[in-house]
Amino acid sequence: MTRSLQWRFLLILAILIGAAIFLYPTFVKELPTWWPKFFPQDKIHLGLDLQGGMHLTFEVEADKAVESSAERMKNDLGNNLKKENIFYTYLERVQGDKLEVVLLNPDVKAKFDSYLKEQYPLLKEATSQQEGDRVKVLLEMDPRQIAEIKKSAVDQALETIRNRVDQFGVAEPDISRQGENMILIQLPGIKDPERAKDLIGKTAILEFKLVDEEYDVGRALAGNIPFGDVILYQRVEDPKTGAVHKVPYVIKDKILMTGDVLKDARIKLDQNNRPYVGLSFHPAGARLFEQITTENVGKRLAIILDNNIYSAPVIRQPISGGEAIIEGRFSMEEARDLAIVLRAGSLPAPIKILEERTVGPSLGQDSINKGIKATIIGGLLVIIAMILYYRMAGFVANIALILNIVLLLAALAALRGTLTLPGIAGIALTVGMAVDANVLIYERLREEMRVGKPPGAALAAAYTRAFLTIMDSNVTTVIAALVLLQFGTGPIKGFAITLSIGLAASMFTAIVVTRFIFDFVLNNFRVKRWSV
Amino acid sequence: MFEIIKPGTKIDFMKRKWIAFLFSGIVMLVGIASLILHGGPNYGIDFAGGTLVQVKFSQPVAIDAIREALQDGGLTGGSVQGFEAEGKGEYLIRLQASSTDLEGLSSAIRGALAKRFDEKSFEIRRVEMVGPKVGKDLRTKGILATIFAMIGMLIYVSFRFDFRFAVGAVVAVAHDVIVTIGVLSLLNIEFSILILAALLTIVGYSINDTIVVYDRIRENTPKMRREPFEKMLNVTVNETLSRTILTGMSTLMVLVILFFMGGGVIHDFTFTLIVGIIFGTYSSVYIASATVLVWENTFPKKKR
Repeated sequence: MTRSLQWRFLLILAILIGAAIFLYPTFVKELPTWWPKFFPQDKIHLGLDLQGGMHLTFEVEADKAVESSAERMKNDLGNNLKKENIFYTYLERVQGDKLEVVLLNPDVKAKFDSYLKEQYPLLKEATSQQEGDRVKVLLEMDPRQIAEIKKSAVDQALETIRNRVDQFGVAEPDISRQGENMILIQLPGIKDPERAKDLIGKTAILEFKLVDEEYDVGRALAGNIPFGDVILYQRVEDPKTGAVHKVPYVIKDKILMTGDVLKDARIKLDQNNRPYVGLSFHPAGARLFEQITTENVGKRLAIILDNNIYSAPVIRQPISGGEAIIEGRFSMEEARDLAIVLRAGSLPAPIKILEERTVGPSLGQDSINKGIKATIIGGLLVIIAMILYYRMAGFVANIALILNIVLLLAALAALRGTLTLPGIAGIALTVGMAVDANVLIYERLREEMRVGKPPGAALAAAYTRAFLTIMDSNVTTVIAALVLLQFGTGPIKGFAITLSIGLAASMFTAIVVTRFIFDFVLNNFRVKRWSV
Repeated sequence: MFEIIKPGTKIDFMKRKWIAFLFSGIVMLVGIASLILHGGPNYGIDFAGGTLVQVKFSQPVAIDAIREALQDGGLTGGSVQGFEAEGKGEYLIRLQASSTDLEGLSSAIRGALAKRFDEKSFEIRRVEMVGPKVGKDLRTKGILATIFAMIGMLIYVSFRFDFRFAVGAVVAVAHDVIVTIGVLSLLNIEFSILILAALLTIVGYSINDTIVVYDRIRENTPKMRREPFEKMLNVTVNETLSRTILTGMSTLMVLVILFFMGGGVIHDFTFTLIVGIIFGTYSSVYIASATVLVWENTFPKKKR
């Protein structure tokens, strides 16, 4: 072998060994124990459309987080103004995240201004106007603060969802932020998608409020709701028929306690083996709970999650020790999921489902089987056609073709790319298109031989001329693939990745590998003319 | 030597350019007419929003029975159709996005079916639900992607060759895309994200095919300096003909196998590719170079 042939041989060998190392974990059941110490152990990752699973996009309604922040600020401001003797006749949240205050008179307004500047630097006066003696002021939050609240709402939602999914138990979940306020969740191999969706989507705001027992529910339902009360419902399921009906309650709207004081929530079983959720509070929460129960012995305390009443037990005696329970006719799964959302905490703002794609595991397996079968048959047809058309040279092209697929798979494993169903189609397509590089070279070789060039010169001319064409034509396809990669969703990305890797691999195999084989033959045998 | 196209063909492609333009024009017009009649592409749920559920029954059931079950469950305005071959017991249920509450839709479908059929007799194999906002978003992104891909290739072609070639390439590619979208519209095939991916692949393939011809034109230009431009183009297209057809056929062979055996999920995807590659091959032979010729005759370049 000449020097150049030796080098090329070593290069091809090194790449083949590398490919084999990357592919090994995908094709064996169990790796030897020493393997991970030296070599990568990543398998080719299958997309959700092949292994089954759920893809969800949620939108965090960050505006709601700003609104509830404004609501808190309103309550806080109200209390402080009273303390400071800054008299006002009206204080409400308006236009979502703004506060409207009506102050007693212009003197109070001056006092209010200096107090606001000192204590609430982030609240700015938007407008103010005098109405008789009174002064009406519209306050708004600093835009930077609004942006900050929104950002942290999304961050916090991401964290909470991550917690919930972790506790739910999904292998290799992928949870990431997308754009400004969207969250992308991928749950491979999930068995019960509906349950997971419920679990993730719950805002899970836990509140303790008193039931207004002095007031008749019927009258409230007729529209006469007392000031400071609301109507909330409890869902009751008939254990025999499974029919669900809603039981209305009149509830005092004042929040006595929220889920913030929770330390833990666990599923437990009563003496009849029925599940319930046991709550335990932080020390401060325990003290608060004891105080509430002491003050309201004999009354009913409603335990409310996302405005649904779970239970409303009568307080029989003051409860110390910081523990409480939530009963209901739960199934084991419901109780378990409830405990998870309570432990993981509430979302800072409600989230809305924008997109869902779920593929059942059996469909995924079907797709793999069909995709692989079609690719193999298509590949075989191409291989046969190449041999029929180009004889010996076709045989060489086929070596390149098979190598091409091996390299493509190895690169997928090495780059941790995901193989999707359109990705398999991409592989099949590259089989078709990889042939192109060889066709270009061989057609050229035939032409050069027709002109009467000797084998060596014909070969060199064919490769040099064809190289530019292969280059130019592949670059344009890669441009299309790159654009797809930028904007596509999971399956499409898989297609774009396999297509681009496939093209790169086909350039290598068609230009380096086949050329090496031809040069090797030229060097070692007396070639009169190429069988092409 | 086995040859499909014997060397030394002398087909006068340039003389036939008006026939080709006429044919392409008619095909495009029919496609565009169909698009107008249908009120734009038949957007699938990826772009229009909505819910799609794929159900497999252990035994085939009547489509009407599924439709009734959905109606009884209060789910109206949906469509039910068999998936892949009829009689396999697999169906696609589509519901529009008009309902604001998409979250409960898939479980509502499950519930409605469970009332009519035994819960163990069917399996929900796929759920795709896209909110109207996401759909609109994807549509914008899709259009942008196609435009960016084309601009990127245009820049590359004008950089590597010459502006008039870029014009020819763009005309050829736009032709392929319009014809393919037209065929999809005529057959009322749903325009999904996968179809968009197929279209972008066609864009890449068609340019690829065209560039091979252009490359040869560039090579032949100094050799045939004394010959008329038209003759040079003809010789070039003839020289590259066997490669064009061979590559097109081998790609088509694989695609046809995928179409028949690859499963229903990528059925429309492979079909789109097949249509696009047939027309892409045709346009790189008949349209791309002929357009360069027409451009050259209309706006002659001073020095060649």
